[in-house]
Amino acid sequence: MGEGLKKPVITVEGLTKHFGGVYALKDVSFTLYEGDILGIIGPNGSGKTTLINCVTGFLKPDAGTVHFKDRDITGLAPHKIARLGVTRTFQVMRPYYSLPAYKNLIIPLWSPRVRKLGGWRGGGKHGDRDTVAVDILEEIGFERDSYVPYKLASSLPTGYLKRLELARCIALRPEVVICDEVFSGLSMSEIATMVPLIEKLQMEGMTLIMVEHRLRELFRVANRVMVLSYGDKITEGDPEVVIEDERVKEVYLGWEGEADD
Amino acid sequence: MAEEGRRKERIDRGIKIRTSGLYAISGWPELFYLIFPRFILIAGILSLPLVFSFAPYWRRVVCIVCIYAMLSIAFDFLANFVGLINLGSSFFIGLGGYLTAILNAQWGLPPVLSIPIATVAGAVISTILLLPCLPLRGIYFAIVSLMFPLIFEKLIQAFNILGGTNGIVGLDGFSNAWWEGYTIIVVTLIVLFGLRRLVNEDVGLVLRGVKDNDQAVKASGISVTFCKALAVFIASGIGCFAGAFLSHLYMWAGLSLFALDFSIMPIAATVIGGGGTLVGALIGSFILVPLSELLRSFGTLRVVFYSLVLTAFIIFKSEGIMVYAQRKYHQFERWVKV
Amino acid sequence: MEILFYGIINSISLALMALGFTLVYGISRVPNFAHGALYVFAGFLTWIILNKLGLPYPLAILLALICSALLGAVISMGVLVRIRGMEMSEVIATYALGVAILEGFRWAGFKGMTYTLPPFFKGSVQILGVPIDYQRIMVVVLGVAVLAALWLFTRLTRMGLALRGIAQDERAAMMLGIDSDFAATIAMGIGCALAGLAAVILLPLGNIVIEAGYNVLIFAIAVCVVGGLGSWGGAVIASFVIGFAQILTVAYIRPQFQMVVALLAILVTLIIRPSGFFGRQKELEERV
Repeated sequence: MGEGLKKPVITVEGLTKHFGGVYALKDVSFTLYEGDILGIIGPNGSGKTTLINCVTGFLKPDAGTVHFKDRDITGLAPHKIARLGVTRTFQVMRPYYSLPAYKNLIIPLWSPRVRKLGGWRGGGKHGDRDTVAVDILEEIGFERDSYVPYKLASSLPTGYLKRLELARCIALRPEVVICDEVFSGLSMSEIATMVPLIEKLQMEGMTLIMVEHRLRELFRVANRVMVLSYGDKITEGDPEVVIEDERVKEVYLGWEGEADD
Repeated sequence: MAEEGRRKERIDRGIKIRTSGLYAISGWPELFYLIFPRFILIAGILSLPLVFSFAPYWRRVVCIVCIYAMLSIAFDFLANFVGLINLGSSFFIGLGGYLTAILNAQWGLPPVLSIPIATVAGAVISTILLLPCLPLRGIYFAIVSLMFPLIFEKLIQAFNILGGTNGIVGLDGFSNAWWEGYTIIVVTLIVLFGLRRLVNEDVGLVLRGVKDNDQAVKASGISVTFCKALAVFIASGIGCFAGAFLSHLYMWAGLSLFALDFSIMPIAATVIGGGGTLVGALIGSFILVPLSELLRSFGTLRVVFYSLVLTAFIIFKSEGIMVYAQRKYHQFERWVKV
Repeated sequence: MEILFYGIINSISLALMALGFTLVYGISRVPNFAHGALYVFAGFLTWIILNKLGLPYPLAILLALICSALLGAVISMGVLVRIRGMEMSEVIATYALGVAILEGFRWAGFKGMTYTLPPFFKGSVQILGVPIDYQRIMVVVLGVAVLAALWLFTRLTRMGLALRGIAQDERAAMMLGIDSDFAATIAMGIGCALAGLAAVILLPLGNIVIEAGYNVLIFAIAVCVVGGLGSWGGAVIASFVIGFAQILTVAYIRPQFQMVVALLAILVTLIIRPSGFFGRQKELEERV
């Protein structure tokens, strides 16, 4: 569907990673095009998080290459990859609990990438970071009037923590955001407010990879979907095509198929 | 603690706003409430040389206390704000002391130059030596920092370099007691308030982020190794300054600069005073060091004493004196019926 | 030939020193910085029982070992269990206790070169032209025996299997009904007894000095870091690597470099392969 016109942002070729004798990833290849939202799905233990870790440098792959816009980033340190503009959220959120929510964003705002890009909308210089942080949080759904951005991170509910995690990525002004299960653990209404956020990010020109268990919501936002099972890439394609694929149904046999679609 | 039918109620004294260090002050009493503890601390420390002006021995002790206080503050900064446990503070003392001895006694630079140069050079050397264990989490920093003072002491002894067991003598002293006393006190206060400022600045927040969750820091495009190296540079600079000052104070740099006291006392002072407050480390040293001077006749039993007190504090009162005092100062407590 | 023999002896000695440390770290993830102090403690205790109480040598050794195991268990129950999981407190508390034990002995007057333990057998023998005294042969024999016994203990006995379970996955082991605090206490007891055992086997070769406490701790840590923290097999291999490296430096460069070898080994390991050359722990940790 016109992919020839889009520029590839991340190209992964033959990525393999094993822990001891267990293969977490076997020869996985895919391409992420600019402006896309790529969903990665698969049952538990199918290597989704390992894939993210390998792409963002938190794990060194045993074989294969990762390219970010013609640049080989295989095995580069995580902070260098993040500096190029590929950032991620963590499945297990660990914000800085003892700090107010907006202070959590100081760390990405302090990073060399943001400083090199000249801060946020002119701000982001010293002393301005607090203001910028609150602005970002407001954008991502922290109501400024209710003082939520000023509350301690330890007192925030899961929904806000997930957003905080996303805000931490956005503060870095990234080109690619990789979300590791941002919907999990959220209520339906929280997800309903989260989906427009994701769409807004896409409209602002960011490219996203989303690893998810919640298929219905994912299929609404993603325009390509890739399925992993036990480290193998089973299929990749448009959501409507993937969902009808026999092999995918087999992977999700029974439980997921009934529960979610 | 909790007795039958009643419980302790705690009420905030009111003017502290929950977020960060912002205060809303409306009037003199509240301003006084905030400034009073700081004023007591600064005025108290500044007046010490005056109080002891007729007791030269104790005036010297005040200088030693300040040296330990700086080490403790550096330890607290590394341990509770960056997450690096430094078991070998004496390495910084030794490095600073020997560097300034070489610069002053052998190359003839005046103390005004030799102390700052030793501080910076010592910080650079320690940072480079500790660099291999900085990218790693866990206990590696503790292990490596424990080894350096022991090994340097052995090397100097074995090769009879830098004066061997006799040490380097003939360093310039300070021209008068006021000068030496106030230099170290002012520097200690600058270090204390400077670091307190630093940990609440943006850089400080990043450092604290490294301690809490280094993965998120990495994902934000910041090199964890760089942050830790920066922190080690600051802390070892403070330690080296203290060491350089100490060897000018004694006009001698020797193997006892690597002594165990310099490693264990800052830890004890920090834990007892209250980790994570920086002031606690200073107060801890002001309690422990004079005590250890009084117990001087007991020899190494002093070290046993601090170690056991330290362990007891870790087990039973890990918050330390300062955190406890802060809580008491900022909160009313009263018993209420349940 | 001399280098080969003394290298083997030195390596086995290092393995003995490190075994207790790696056992405790492997099972309860507590870096026991009091390890060296317990080594010296067992040495002095044997000396006291032998010379002041006049009990026979084997009984003295046995009593000293039991005492160090008990001391380890007391430290574990009284201190470490209370601060379980707080890494900083564990490091500081064990370090402080170690310092307290060592400096306590120093204060009590155990200084200088006068404290020695008698060798198990006197005399020496020529093997392939190299004179080796019996005690050094005993070190090798006993060292191998201890390693084998420990290996069998962890494979065959119920307790040993439980300890290995805790070492691999604490939470899963707890779900299967293994009390992890109790296991940590047992591990600490065994670890300290091993430190004591190393002391009574190795100390007849020289004097009992306080400084040995710090040296043993450093050697033990060096072996464990190079072998991979918590990996028992790695520790044995690493002790051979460091052992031979030390003997070679002593033979060809200068004897004072022994400690530097240990430090360099640690630094090189941390730079090249932080998880240790035979450990997989880091990889497991990174698996989010």
